[in-house]
Amino acid sequence: MNKTVLDLWVGLFVIAGIAALLFLALKVGSMSAVNTSDSYEVVARFENIGGLKPRAPVKSAGVVVGRVADIRFDNETYEAAVTLRVDKRYAFPKDTTAAIMTSGLLGEQYVGLEAGGDSSKLKDKDRILITQDAVVLENLIGHFIYGKAQEGAPQ
Amino acid sequence: MLKRSIENLGNRTIQGVWRIGFAARFFLAMLLHSGTAFRRFGLTIREMYFTGVLSLIIILVSGLFVGMVLGLQGYETLQTYGSEEALGILVALSLVRELGPVVAALLFASRAGSAITAEIGLMKATEQLSAMEMMAVDPIARVVAPRFWAGVISMPLLAALFSAMGIFGGYLVGVQLIGVDEGSFWSQMQSAVDFEQDILNGVIKSVVFGVAITTIALFEGYDAPPTAEGVSGATTRTVVTSSLAVLALDFVLTAFMFRGIN
Repeated sequence: MNKTVLDLWVGLFVIAGIAALLFLALKVGSMSAVNTSDSYEVVARFENIGGLKPRAPVKSAGVVVGRVADIRFDNETYEAAVTLRVDKRYAFPKDTTAAIMTSGLLGEQYVGLEAGGDSSKLKDKDRILITQDAVVLENLIGHFIYGKAQEGAPQ
Repeated sequence: MLKRSIENLGNRTIQGVWRIGFAARFFLAMLLHSGTAFRRFGLTIREMYFTGVLSLIIILVSGLFVGMVLGLQGYETLQTYGSEEALGILVALSLVRELGPVVAALLFASRAGSAITAEIGLMKATEQLSAMEMMAVDPIARVVAPRFWAGVISMPLLAALFSAMGIFGGYLVGVQLIGVDEGSFWSQMQSAVDFEQDILNGVIKSVVFGVAITTIALFEGYDAPPTAEGVSGATTRTVVTSSLAVLALDFVLTAFMFRGIN
């Protein structure tokens, strides 16, 4: 076979392969929306994080603004210390609240941020003071049954 | 009788160990002589045509059909839970993580690996390799190393094409034929597929498979008895051994790569 024809085919093959990789990276994988270099970290402490996992999204008003970077157990306060990595483009007031929520009834868990009214903004390594724990379904059912039993109890 | 069978066992053990040692030396020699494959890159390009470009048709068609079947079956199952929008996640993750690298590697082993073994085995049987040595041309540098690097470069490209084609097939069936919402198909896929965890690990897998398949194919060809029977036996062994090696390696790699996720 002619050498130039051969080169042409191999070149086309390599271009097609790289195009497929780019398609996978950009169209299928979206190349990680939050850039890790342009972000700041804040810590939120929860008494119960439910099924939250590292890399879970951090959302505010339903928009992904960051990711959960790290989850650790604090042996002194017996709380979970969750490190949130938030995109630098989004600044939040100091009195922002963090809550662990579930998308849908059985969906994945994420951290929801709700902005407060403070004029100063959260900085790197700051702590979010007001938090709301994950809703554990078993506790909820327990409360419900307990409430029903109280209703039915003789006065 | 007993002495005979013990002798037999001993002989087989020695043969097996000798083959492993020979394969290791062969692999090292191949790496040491890789300079030629890059200095005279034309040789490698020629082999990339035979291993990569000629495997394109089977890889693309299989990828399309695997993706279309995934789309159909995935829809059937997901629909019972009312979450057919997750079809994109199902198709993309199963292709990028597992099916893309593994099925492409199995096809590559039977399409290109067998051809490599038959070619080198026949070169040996017709004493072309000995003739090269007579002319002070190292057959490992001239014949083996370019084929090795051509296979290692081609394999990840073929696996990526397989995955891309499969996702396109899943899109055709899921969105165009069945009518899953196009926006949620892509957006759910994009939020679930991670570049490093899923796509990069898939590429690493396919590179490892490429190294394994081409090494096995080249070694079987180089080691084949110089007869018609020997070459045919070596070709069969290439396909069987490299397919099993791909499946076993896939399990090991998956256990290391995806243990931390979820």
